[in-house]
Amino acid sequence: MDKTQMLVALSAGLFALGLLGVIVRRNVLVMLMCMELMLNGVNVLLVTFAQQSHSTVGAVLVFLVFVVAAAEIAIAIPIVLLLARRKRTLDIDAYVDLKG
Amino acid sequence: MDRLLTVIVLLPLAGFIINGLLGNRLGKRFVSVVGCGLPVLAFAAAIVCLLDLRTSGFAPLVETAYTWAVIGDRSFEISFYFDRLTAVMVLIVTGVGSLIHIYSIGYMKEDTSYARYFAYLNLFLFFMLLLVLGRSLLVLFVGWEGVGLASYLLIGFWFDDPDKARAGKKAFLTNRIGDAGFLLGMFVLFQALGTLEMDKINTAFTSGTPPMVSASLVGILLFIGACGKSAQIPLHVWLPDAMAGPTPVSALIHAATMVTAGVYLVARLSGIYMHAPEASAAIAAVGVMTAFFAATIALVQTDIKKVLAYSTISQLGLMFVALGVGAYGVAIFHLYTHAFFKACLFLGAGSVIHALGGEQDINKMGGLARKIPITFATFAVATAAIAGIPPLAGFFSKDEILWFAFASSFGGSTLLYVVAAGTALLTSLYMFRLLWRTFFGASRLSPEAAHHVHESPPSMTGILIVLAALSAVGGFVALPHFLEPLLPLPEVRAELVAFEAPLLYVSVALAFAGLAGAAFLYGGNAERAERLRRGFPMLHRVLTGKYFVDEAYERFFDRPLFWISERVFLQFGDRKLFDGTLHGIAGLGRRTASALARVQNGDLHLYAFLVLAGIVATLAWSWHHG
Repeated sequence: MDKTQMLVALSAGLFALGLLGVIVRRNVLVMLMCMELMLNGVNVLLVTFAQQSHSTVGAVLVFLVFVVAAAEIAIAIPIVLLLARRKRTLDIDAYVDLKG
Repeated sequence: MDRLLTVIVLLPLAGFIINGLLGNRLGKRFVSVVGCGLPVLAFAAAIVCLLDLRTSGFAPLVETAYTWAVIGDRSFEISFYFDRLTAVMVLIVTGVGSLIHIYSIGYMKEDTSYARYFAYLNLFLFFMLLLVLGRSLLVLFVGWEGVGLASYLLIGFWFDDPDKARAGKKAFLTNRIGDAGFLLGMFVLFQALGTLEMDKINTAFTSGTPPMVSASLVGILLFIGACGKSAQIPLHVWLPDAMAGPTPVSALIHAATMVTAGVYLVARLSGIYMHAPEASAAIAAVGVMTAFFAATIALVQTDIKKVLAYSTISQLGLMFVALGVGAYGVAIFHLYTHAFFKACLFLGAGSVIHALGGEQDINKMGGLARKIPITFATFAVATAAIAGIPPLAGFFSKDEILWFAFASSFGGSTLLYVVAAGTALLTSLYMFRLLWRTFFGASRLSPEAAHHVHESPPSMTGILIVLAALSAVGGFVALPHFLEPLLPLPEVRAELVAFEAPLLYVSVALAFAGLAGAAFLYGGNAERAERLRRGFPMLHRVLTGKYFVDEAYERFFDRPLFWISERVFLQFGDRKLFDGTLHGIAGLGRRTASALARVQNGDLHLYAFLVLAGIVATLAWSWHHG
């Protein structure tokens, strides 16, 4: 197994771990972190292929993902804070009544 | 001058556009000048064309106005073709047409839709000229449909009366049936010959190697179209109802010109019919039946215009008899004389109706000869002409038809002659009956009509005099002889030649027998006719009921069609099939949505799981199909 294959496997592992976390964990903050994990799994893949194809496009995309992730977290954390203050819990099941 | 044929056609169109768009603003005087002036100009142009034709030794004038479409290596052109036959038709259409336009000035003076009337009349003339001048069947068909449209518009001219609007609709729909046959005939011809130009079609059929298509099939299909337009059995039902239109319209469209389009069509395509004995026999049979039955109905009608309408159907039947025995020139001859005396009769009837303030029932007329003498005199001349009293126009043409019905080697027979001669007798009888009931005897007018009765203005009586003069002397033009190079007369069976003179006397005798019969029956108080009516109540009922053809159509076509439309197309097709399918699809969507909506329960874990399932499914799919 060469380096690229290992990195792809690592990226897939990170993504799968993150997805699993989102599905099985109940704590909102943990779910958010798992989502970051998934994003980073994708980032690893981008960097890997960017290096392999001697192009900077992939690397630039990684920065885009960083920015989007930062923006997302900046919105998500205050929402979670407000929700936690109102519901007095971080359990996702308590937020079911938010559905549209 | 070049392009004169195009000019003839376009002049009435210009009149239609000017009067149609601006007529209401410009006043009646302007409308009259444009509406009558342009047809008169067209008539003058037609005479110039005839002179051109003569100087060119009667070689047909051909003019291409416009290339309509080029499909593959075939091009469809709007081109005009002017030969002897066209010349006769164009002169009748523009000549009689112009006279009737001028007559209309007086007749329609009080009408509020004066400009609309003249616009429609000019539109009719435009399409009629397109019909007779078109070189290709396609152009003829455009004119054919166009005159149908103009006829519909003019029958339903007073469309605020639902009965009149319905009569227009009936005419239009009945004609559609004929047009279906016409179109099929055109398709078959085009497939076989690759051209629709009528001179080429005729040449193709008359040349040594006949085309690979049955002349009889084409002939019958086209004749179905002619049946619709020329009101032959079984498509004759629209013409009597068409009398709902203004009377000059009945004279122009439903007597002199449009209804003769079927006769023109068959004569124009004589090349086909000469090689289609079966189709010709069918034409003669339908023609003679129509002539006879329409004449019997005309015997008992009491509406002055209805009598004339059935008389028109009957005369058209006689023209078809001539066509059926191959005497195409004679049919055109009768068409030409008929245009004069029937126009004169209709316009005379219009003058009577005008004088009586709208009364059309001959039971409420009588004794009008003294009160409206000019109308009476012209009406009497035209009646004598249609009855076949020599030496008026109708005598010559009708006698020739009878002669060829008897002696033509192309389908003439004694039976055909006997029925046609019987029709001639009936014609004379019902026409003189009409004359007697309208103009002689004691007055049966209602008091207000009697007070109101007056002779028509000179613009109307003048036209009547001109037409009566033409009905009197029109027969001296040897039209069949003029047309002979184009439409040769059929060979007369040698053994029958000796009968020509005796049959001539028979014709004269028949005409006078009708006159005498009418005078005998309807003289005095018409009590003899009344006794005759009581003697045969059943027969009278059948005749006044017009053989109940309308009722039969109602029962056997209308009602089943209504039933099919209501039950099959509306209840089943529209409501169940189409609406049902659409409602079903909508219901399916709604039910699916309500089932899927249950998934949206706010549980983020479920959502994420479904995302995972989606990704896995997508990957699995691409794995398999990658």
